Amino acid sequence: MVNYHLNHIKLLEAESVFILREVAAQFERPALLFSGGKDSIVMLHLARKAFWPSAIPFPLMHIDTGHNFVETLVYRDELVEKIGARLIVGSVQESIDKGRAAEETGYNASRNVLQTVTLLDTIEEHKIDVAMGGARRDEEKARAKERFFSHRDEFGQWDPKNQRPELWNLFNGKKRIGEHFRVFPLSNWTEMDVWQYIYHEQIDMPSLYFSHDRDCFVRDGVIYSCSDFMKLKPTEKVENMHIRFRTIGDMTCTGATLSHANSLEDIIEEVAATRVTERGSRIDDKRSEAAMEDRKKEGYF
Amino acid sequence: MAANLKDGYLDMELLRFTTAGSVDDGKSTLIGRLLYDSKSIFEDQYNAIKQASEQRGETHVNLALLTDGLRAEREQGITIDVAYRYFATPKRKFIIADTPGHVQYTRNMVTGASTANLALILIDARKGVIEQSRRHSFIASLLKIPHLVVCINKMDLVDYSESVFDQIKKDFTNFATKLEVHDIRFIPISALNGDNVVNSSVNMPWYKDGPLLHLLETIHISSDENLVDCRFPVQYVIRPYKDEYHDYRGYAGRVASGIFKKGDKVMVLPSGFSSRIKEIDSFDGPVEEAFSPMSVTILLEDDIDISRGDMIVRENNLPNIGQDFDVMLCWMNEKKLVNGGKYAIKHTSKDARCVIKDIRYKVDIQTLHRDETDSSVGLNDIARVSIRTTQPFFFDRYKNNRITGSIILIDEATNETLGAGMII
Repeated sequence: MVNYHLNHIKLLEAESVFILREVAAQFERPALLFSGGKDSIVMLHLARKAFWPSAIPFPLMHIDTGHNFVETLVYRDELVEKIGARLIVGSVQESIDKGRAAEETGYNASRNVLQTVTLLDTIEEHKIDVAMGGARRDEEKARAKERFFSHRDEFGQWDPKNQRPELWNLFNGKKRIGEHFRVFPLSNWTEMDVWQYIYHEQIDMPSLYFSHDRDCFVRDGVIYSCSDFMKLKPTEKVENMHIRFRTIGDMTCTGATLSHANSLEDIIEEVAATRVTERGSRIDDKRSEAAMEDRKKEGYF
Repeated sequence: MAANLKDGYLDMELLRFTTAGSVDDGKSTLIGRLLYDSKSIFEDQYNAIKQASEQRGETHVNLALLTDGLRAEREQGITIDVAYRYFATPKRKFIIADTPGHVQYTRNMVTGASTANLALILIDARKGVIEQSRRHSFIASLLKIPHLVVCINKMDLVDYSESVFDQIKKDFTNFATKLEVHDIRFIPISALNGDNVVNSSVNMPWYKDGPLLHLLETIHISSDENLVDCRFPVQYVIRPYKDEYHDYRGYAGRVASGIFKKGDKVMVLPSGFSSRIKEIDSFDGPVEEAFSPMSVTILLEDDIDISRGDMIVRENNLPNIGQDFDVMLCWMNEKKLVNGGKYAIKHTSKDARCVIKDIRYKVDIQTLHRDETDSSVGLNDIARVSIRTTQPFFFDRYKNNRITGSIILIDEATNETLGAGMII
């Protein structure tokens, strides 16, 4: 007797593949938001599965703050080359140069918030009608309220109090001209699911996720990588540490964790034992209790 | 660790459940307790809500703040929308659709219930089965949630009395004969003190069936899928346009129900043409069979014109085919349902338009009585309506198939989702 049963990883995969195909069927000009972080890497892997043996029927879109880890860009370019995808890059630096966005100043200056301007401009410029993101509901409390298919008005705004009900597997992607959608195929995945899936599929990951030695400094309890993009305060000093990154964003808002995990097995073990969420090292969320909700309303990822 | 990964972690079942309850019956406390005692609340989350609770002048750490994700919810102390929570034990992974008890009540509970295998119904031991418990249970049965777990909470406030528990169990069972739910369990708990939530209660030695978490971990869910009626709604057609896949024409979709095997004789709707399954394909290579809810790509032996919205089925087990059917409709918009009104409709991978031919009766959600004289259907109302679609649908009764038996109605002007229907 065969056991007709899918385990949680296979169920999540089947659900995400369904969502990705639904996007390709319901929209004309989708794009897959690719940051080079683990969630977008998994989303891209699922997209390849969803349309195989066809190439993925949409471009990747990277919103480049100009403050990337070098490793991320190398990984991105190699992957794009390998799978033959088209890549659209929206540059925050260009938005600043054009006067569309103003650089923050001070020690904690970050381009995180500025990304929203670039993201919305890039969506408009390329007439993208749906942007798929790797955000997960378990990441953050405002995200827990997010739909798979999330409507954005002509200003790119999210209205969390007036979301369309989402039932069964019936997804309503209808919209008026000028409006767009954000779709989150990984909504039901947790950080653990993502790593288990990466392990199961043996997906190549950027080296930043594995432990390595790096020049770092500590600010407000967070370990930052030294870079040209962050100025040290007089009291801060550079230390060489053995670290890895649990999430990868822009260098100015991604904190590292002290870790010896240098294989996928080690990482899964570490995630299982850890008592702090991955967003705990994301400085962008810490600006206020509703930091994520406020950014999302304006059109953030 | 590596052995562990292969044996345990990677091979867990997934259970989706929904929780219903009102502000005071301890629902948030129960969820908080499940998350906290299963170590699914992280230190930074806990510290954040502890800090927020102190700021609000509350004496206890308010676990409800974990689920209230929006600013307006925290400010008003109410839950506006369904929130999804995730936790795992070594045995299973869980997705909780936490639905608010008061505002937009029906709309949210129906939404949360639509994908759930199990519903938790909370009853205050001091109050017994009240109108609200009946409403929750009715919606759970309407949405065909296969398992109902009735948590009789606040047992500490009735001296952990077995007779109180028995009486409530009897009352609920009497009422439930009117519902079509086949698996109902009862557990006496105290969410506040943790009795029978994660650990067995020392205060209720008379209750021997184990705590709630144990039930959630072990309840048999693998037979919830319909593996009998073969339904494959075609979602997307894959044509690679590459030399090595010159004649490749794959029908991508998610198996709604049943089991499809290579070599099976199948029929395609609406054309009625027959063919055989040449191959069931996936990125990881061909598979011998596909069952619900797998996402696969089916290749047929014959060249038939098939597109999104079509359905692959077995000749000897056809769905209903037609333009007229009745649904139990949950209305989810402030704008009232219009008798004779036209709407966009979605069913499996099919998009069409429809007209409301008749509003047959409205269900009084308090008494469960049918009111044939009331045809005013507004927000959070439930009614039986007759629908005619612009083209034939391939459907089953919702009670037999949650995927091919469900529809949503959409406003053609605003594109909002207005209502959710279960085909009768």
